Amino acid sequence: MKLAGAKILLECLKLEGVDTVFAYPGGTVINIFDELYSCPEIKNILPRHEQAAVHAADGYARASGKVGVAIATSGPGATNTVTGIATAYMDSIPLVVITGQVPTALIGNDAFQEVDIIGITRPCTKHNFLVKNVKDLPAIVKKAFYIARTGRPGPVLIDLPKDVQVATTEFKYPDSIELRGYKPTIEGHPRQIAKASNLLLSAKKPVIYVGGGVVLANAADALFRLSTTLNAPVTTTLMGLGAFPEDNPLSLGLLGMHGTYYANMAVMNCDLLVAVGARFDDRVTGKVAAFAPQAKIIHIDVDPTSIRKNVRVDLPIVGDVSDVLSKLTDVLGDFPEAVDNFRNNVKPWLGEIEAWKAKHPLTYKHAASVIKPQMVIQKLKELSKDDAIIATDVGQHQMWTAQFFRFTRPRTLLTSGGLGTMGFGLPAAMGAQVAFPNRQVIAICGDGGFQMNLQEMATLVQNKLPVKICVMNNNFLGMVRQWQELFFDKRYSNTVMDLPIDFVMLAEAFGAKGFQATKPEEVEDVIKKGFKTSGPVIMEFKIAREEKVLPMVPAGASLSEMVLAS
Amino acid sequence: MRHTISVIVENEFGVLSRVAGLFSGRGFNIDSLSVAPTNEESISRMTIVTRGDEQILEQITKHLNKLIDVIKVIDFADEDSIEREMALIKVSAEDSDRAEILRIVDIFRAKIIDVTPKSYTIEATGSPSKIDAILELLRPLGLKELVRTGPVAIGRGAKGWKG
Repeated sequence: MKLAGAKILLECLKLEGVDTVFAYPGGTVINIFDELYSCPEIKNILPRHEQAAVHAADGYARASGKVGVAIATSGPGATNTVTGIATAYMDSIPLVVITGQVPTALIGNDAFQEVDIIGITRPCTKHNFLVKNVKDLPAIVKKAFYIARTGRPGPVLIDLPKDVQVATTEFKYPDSIELRGYKPTIEGHPRQIAKASNLLLSAKKPVIYVGGGVVLANAADALFRLSTTLNAPVTTTLMGLGAFPEDNPLSLGLLGMHGTYYANMAVMNCDLLVAVGARFDDRVTGKVAAFAPQAKIIHIDVDPTSIRKNVRVDLPIVGDVSDVLSKLTDVLGDFPEAVDNFRNNVKPWLGEIEAWKAKHPLTYKHAASVIKPQMVIQKLKELSKDDAIIATDVGQHQMWTAQFFRFTRPRTLLTSGGLGTMGFGLPAAMGAQVAFPNRQVIAICGDGGFQMNLQEMATLVQNKLPVKICVMNNNFLGMVRQWQELFFDKRYSNTVMDLPIDFVMLAEAFGAKGFQATKPEEVEDVIKKGFKTSGPVIMEFKIAREEKVLPMVPAGASLSEMVLAS
Repeated sequence: MRHTISVIVENEFGVLSRVAGLFSGRGFNIDSLSVAPTNEESISRMTIVTRGDEQILEQITKHLNKLIDVIKVIDFADEDSIEREMALIKVSAEDSDRAEILRIVDIFRAKIIDVTPKSYTIEATGSPSKIDAILELLRPLGLKELVRTGPVAIGRGAKGWKG
């Protein structure tokens, strides 16, 4: 039977296992929405902005591991998706974003709501497609999903002109597709893995440095097995949080600009650094020339371009990190005596690390009269469920969450690490709640970031998504203010947001509930009330206005030059 | 270090801009780029001349390989290869210089492809250094216009790029 392009698109989505999309209507996608109207197998969560649609699909993907799908119309709808796409691209999140396009005959004519979204998104997608013929559509959708979720995952955009949605053809979903230019390396090279095991066993001061790749590859178990087999300490990047349980004594927590003293000291003094699914971002390395100066570096990553991009690497292993970590641990299993020796040899190193932990633990100054944000994060951890999913915006509250929440499970922290997108938290939490209707989902935002996508309160209420939103309100763009305090002589240029917004009333305006805490003793009560209330809730915490995120390595300085909490 | 890289790509719209965007977005140099379809209709071939140290060249070839539409990347620094470039050169040719220009054209086995009473247009083909050499000799006589294709390259021996 012949089907129209719009119908074929939905048939393809169903065959890819898609049951939820985040789609915003418009002139060039009206045919797709017409098909959605009579497609009970695919549910749409109607957001209030296309940027939020993509962030929600992104949060859905990060929390569930599935490919997130967003749909937007041409022109402004398409350009609104760009920040969401770039966010997903920087953090390697698998998305398929479908945009409407003006009819093929009008492309290039500056038609109404026309924009060259293929050109615009070329540098921030893993790949993108303009569909010129409805006959090509099934293969393109199949390729898009395959490219999005395999290798180093990432967003793929399909631009679908209106006439292609209307045109009909015989529908057949291809069983397989041929992409002769795309063959990601999944299995690590056995000889490299054997060399890695030798290097590991000869180390006395090892550190495993873990990035988001471990979360994306579902390799947390494989990592745990390697680390505990060797008794080797683990530090994670922001994107790697949750890949290794922070309540394990081998955990060093976060490293880098706002990392722990002991994680940064361990990296600076180790003799072997095993980087797994991480890319040596400048926020991690500080001054590259001074990074891990005594260490041999093993770098395991699915993306060969990540290797030797920023730092020298002694032993690269390209492959799926789960596959490589498992095989590496298996190889070590063949040398039980050497592993025993290693565990003995590493004891003095673990002792050194314990001493660093005791000397400068992660801490903050408590206060009786004002709410310390770190305390709020600790209370949230204490009162939330073990499998709660946390989404953040970007800035101080994000770093306090990274430092003080102590994540223990993968895919429980959703945060924009690479692009650093303010406004990400609320829609990402929304997407996660859609993926897991029965889990506790908490958005931790600053007052600045929250205001960048607060229109999504309407989506939460309309779809009965019980996201609990914590607004850490200091009436500042806090992170920029912190830099202004430290490096610009306290000249708080345009970081003061002094309009006292009533967040409780704001919640009520959307038909949600709001609570406010202004004193430390109210924090616990507000969180308990918020968690107990059904439906979406805003919990506003009036926090110490000029609290800083510490420790801090100034931009461009070496990791050993930390400003510590006094 | 100068490198000549052949990039075998899908013959589809947008591929050139993906490759060019990769170079500009990451701050890599392009000295020259030429592109045309191959004997297989679905495949085009680009020849890119670029510069950089070993680490940069490694990143360039890795990033090119990462593009979905790129089928194969050949860095000719690693292989025995032949490069050829074509130049179209318009020179002033006053009476007194006409014989000298013809001699130069003859020595370089180039061709005159257009003549006016005041000018010659010359077609020269050869390695980039040969083109540089003929230009050096013609320049004092008055170069009016120069078009170079940038080199194309192919590996020596019986094997094609598919091996």
